[in-house]
Amino acid sequence: MNLGLLTQLTQAFGPSGYEDKVRALIQEHVAPWADELRTDPLGNLIAYHRGNGKGQKIVLAAHMDEIGVMVSHVDKEGYLRFTHIGGVYPLHCIGSRVRFADGTHGVIYLEHREDTSPSPKLTQLYIDVGATNKDDVPVSVGAPAVFVRPLVQQGERLISKALDDRIGCYILIELLQQVQDSPHDLYFLFSTQEEVGLRGARTAAFNINPDMAIAVDVTITGDTPKALPMAVTLGDGPAIKVQDTGMIAHPKVRQLLVDAARKAKVPYQLEVLRGGTTDAAAMQLTRAGIPSGALSIPCRYIHSPSEMVDSEDVANAIKLLAAALA
Amino acid sequence: MKHERLVDILQSLSNVMSTSGDESEMRRALRPLLAGQVDELRVDSLGNLITLKKGTGESQLRVLVTAHIDEVGMMVVDHTPDGALKVQAVGGIDDRLLPGLNVCVGKEQLPGVIGIKAIHHSSSRERLKAIPLKELSVDIGAENRKEAQRLAPVGTRVTFSTQAHPLGELIAGKAFDDRAGCTALVALLHEEPFPFDLYGVFTVQEEVGLRGARVAGYAVAPAVAFVLEGTIADDLPKKEDVGPTSQIGQGPVLTVMDRSYISAPWLLRYTVQLAEKLGIPYQFKQPGIGGTDAGAIHLTRGGVPSLTLAVPCRYIHGPISLLKPADLEATITLTSAALRHLTAEQLANN
Repeated sequence: MNLGLLTQLTQAFGPSGYEDKVRALIQEHVAPWADELRTDPLGNLIAYHRGNGKGQKIVLAAHMDEIGVMVSHVDKEGYLRFTHIGGVYPLHCIGSRVRFADGTHGVIYLEHREDTSPSPKLTQLYIDVGATNKDDVPVSVGAPAVFVRPLVQQGERLISKALDDRIGCYILIELLQQVQDSPHDLYFLFSTQEEVGLRGARTAAFNINPDMAIAVDVTITGDTPKALPMAVTLGDGPAIKVQDTGMIAHPKVRQLLVDAARKAKVPYQLEVLRGGTTDAAAMQLTRAGIPSGALSIPCRYIHSPSEMVDSEDVANAIKLLAAALA
Repeated sequence: MKHERLVDILQSLSNVMSTSGDESEMRRALRPLLAGQVDELRVDSLGNLITLKKGTGESQLRVLVTAHIDEVGMMVVDHTPDGALKVQAVGGIDDRLLPGLNVCVGKEQLPGVIGIKAIHHSSSRERLKAIPLKELSVDIGAENRKEAQRLAPVGTRVTFSTQAHPLGELIAGKAFDDRAGCTALVALLHEEPFPFDLYGVFTVQEEVGLRGARVAGYAVAPAVAFVLEGTIADDLPKKEDVGPTSQIGQGPVLTVMDRSYISAPWLLRYTVQLAEKLGIPYQFKQPGIGGTDAGAIHLTRGGVPSLTLAVPCRYIHGPISLLKPADLEATITLTSAALRHLTAEQLANN
């Protein structure tokens, strides 16, 4: 596990629509291994591996963007009101710190409420950047920010903000180095704006027009206290997508991944996700349709600032995908 | 374009009846305004009016500017035995604004009234409640169901019947969302040619799901798109200091992020810098609310960097909205500048 790289990836600033810093970082790491690199109109980064002319045209997608917040109003006292970028839960926000592109930090807190029983609404929260009045606020309406939380390794577990989906980006970076002999034309798609509606992958897939697409993203687990029933466990291997709320994985893509797991002798789980989807859902419906599937990294506490994955699952996902593309 | 002419066009377009899906009157009103100003003009299968204003040839870029020609309104869905029309909303309409309104029914523009029982008959409790649209009906003076069916068959559009007029320094009228944008686009097409081919598209069915723009974006396949809008002016007195963001008189409203898309950061930055340089006022739309044609256009084909510039209007989606002509003029000036300074290098570097 290259903890240095994963630290850089998870800590980089990259809310949806503002992925340039993540893109620059990934670009640096894939440049030595890619036959071509390009950035498209919506900011997607595409690293291309040229096959031997006998393979298929395959997209592997991981999204660069992370959830965050955006300033919607600055009041006279210098407190900021905000909206969400992607799926942000008010309960996760209280006491969280956020960081803006210019390095400004803010604390999110909650207005005093007489009745504290209902879950707070985002409109009852504010960001405090330590300003004393409106003119003292270094950021303006429209400024995006991300949550602050470092990467920690504890045993086999990795905990950080933005593992959704920097862990996918990490896997694709490592994978690109291992598939240099693949016969296939491989398009490593580091996509934008997944958290706000699978937007980058949709237009990138249109341009690439592949034979098959596989998303590498995180999925929820059912192994926490009173969790919703979900037959995915942290550490039991990468999860091969059967279906989620946006896509039914193409049976052949699913079978390709199952066969690869057996070939690589790595444990795997099958995933049926009842809330959420991935870039594969958008790619599947591009042009005349693209057979699509996904490989998911089991992850606890998705969309909180402390997402948790297992490093063995990550290592096994890389082995599985390398076997699938050999 | 001269101030008086601009206000004149805005008022005349505001008066046109053009509910989503039935925008022929707006196309008819636009044609004479565009005659001699564009090189090509066609109507596509959904009803979008697509115009091409050829460039000077200096740049090979292909740029799209859109404004939508539909407006919110209602549609007849049934008739009562006593000859009233039952209607449903077309686009986002606030039921609270409807009782007692004058409306226009169908192509013949029959006058209608949204009926409500007299104050003498209603209890004080009833009067505190908004009446949902499904409980309201439009009275066109028909004697019975048969006559109502003949005058306004199912599918007939019903529109606010407001006629535009000045109001102090402001203009009052219906459908400024998006006749303000349409007026701005007409004014841009009246300008000298741009360095590149400019596709000016008047889109249909924005209010029911950005539908026209989706196929127009696909057909034009532009490198960059600007969307011209009439947007919320959230400047009513407030109890709490948690808004507003856009106000009339403060210049064009630029979108950073709404529910439909995120503006390309470089395009937004570039436009803001131009506004600063040229001394054009501007403001940001409150992030996270609303949606515009940019939401559909930016996802067409391989992706299109897009930006929405809007004229702030009070009381949009209602029977009467207000705008300040200076905001409309500043929106045109800023959009024109953004178009004229746009280069292929900027795109390549972002």
